[in-house]
Amino acid sequence: MSESRPVQDWKTDFDVLDSQYIADPFSIWDELRGSCPIAHTDRRGSTWLPTTYEDVTKIAHDIERFSSTEISVIPFEGVVPEDPVLLYGVPPISADPPLHTWTRRLLLPWFSHKNVDAYEEMTRELCKSLIKSFIESGRADAAADYAQQIPVRVIAHILGVPSEMADTFTEWVRDVLEFADDPERRMKGIEGLIIFFIEELEKRQSNPGTDLLSVLLQSEVEGEVIDARIALGTAALVLIAGVDTTWSAIGSSLWHLATHPDDRKRMVQDKEVWPLAIEELLRAYSPVTMARVVTEDTEYEGCPMKKGDKVLMNFPAANRDPKVFENPDQVILDRAKNRHVAFGSGIHRCAGSNLARMELRVALEEWLSAIPDFSIEEGKELTWAGGQVRGPRQLPVIFK
Amino acid sequence: MRIKIDPDKCQGHARCYALAPELFSVDDYGYSSVIGDGEVPKELEEKAKLAIDNCPEFAISEVE
Repeated sequence: MSESRPVQDWKTDFDVLDSQYIADPFSIWDELRGSCPIAHTDRRGSTWLPTTYEDVTKIAHDIERFSSTEISVIPFEGVVPEDPVLLYGVPPISADPPLHTWTRRLLLPWFSHKNVDAYEEMTRELCKSLIKSFIESGRADAAADYAQQIPVRVIAHILGVPSEMADTFTEWVRDVLEFADDPERRMKGIEGLIIFFIEELEKRQSNPGTDLLSVLLQSEVEGEVIDARIALGTAALVLIAGVDTTWSAIGSSLWHLATHPDDRKRMVQDKEVWPLAIEELLRAYSPVTMARVVTEDTEYEGCPMKKGDKVLMNFPAANRDPKVFENPDQVILDRAKNRHVAFGSGIHRCAGSNLARMELRVALEEWLSAIPDFSIEEGKELTWAGGQVRGPRQLPVIFK
Repeated sequence: MRIKIDPDKCQGHARCYALAPELFSVDDYGYSSVIGDGEVPKELEEKAKLAIDNCPEFAISEVE
């Protein structure tokens, strides 16, 4: 594991894996916005942390100076082989144009409204069956028994891989994202994913189906079948990006509803508020922080950024910026002005955002319809993960 | 009231479509466009304003 010495000065030595940052990043961002507002650290390499809406969205749009070829918040410390199987990374998220542009076009139709509508029924049935498994007991771990179980199975369905492997997929994704500062664990996750997808893609070379993996393999760009390593990277991306993120948003929303009875009652009683409420929960508890790498020595808003420095795309902090959002730390379910960037900003807008929204809405609809009244179970451990993706990992709740 | 979308700014967040499907359509890639010539019926003006105020890319605007 990397260093864990406590942070003394958030402006010059921040650490997104610090327990204080994971528990309450909001007060740290407030402090930084008022004084800095772009923090720096040399932990895990020279890295910058913008905290305002303006800076985060400006940097996200400045794709010339800020490249997406390194998107991990925690740099990879293992050995990269000379001829890596993921030669092209995991496009489109880890690519700049032109690779980004055409790989993104391959992916987007899979997550269009029309296609996402078709996954709603299975998502709903899945949520119902999960609730059925614990409702009689009067208690549940809303993160591990519910939120964590949903997106991974929906994504497995879309990719066309066995949903019985859901627990293994979840473990690999957590190894890659949540335990990224443990090089051995991270490598284990990457290897697991790569070996699995190489085999799945090979099966489809000889016997293609209609799933996303098969279609990716057969995709042609400018008359040529795409490089199989791109199909591999994109397949891995869909799993990595579609699991931890949405599960964290569902978990955080359930945490909010468990601890804010008035909001919970309103969502139970007022169907009209839902479209705005879902966006407000996404704003207030945005799970995802991405990264960019500086392409040339440059000065940004007085910060001397060097080629190779990282900049963290702090979308969660942008969404709490008081210059853009009135009372940003308050969840206002019917907030009417809400240009939140939970799904990013610019050309890398989350390709799966329609799917994530549907999953969050259906997961909350089914939960609140079966369990309209619930609260945190005192005396049991409640834990949060942070870093690249923030959300509850153990969320013990009780209900009648 | 008349509205328009700047196609160079739209990144397919689809917030407008979710809030006002009467006024916007989305293509297979998720990008939005206004339905018809963007003229907003009186009873949908509130929804149009909501769509403008929720676009993260500032891509929707009222035509003066």
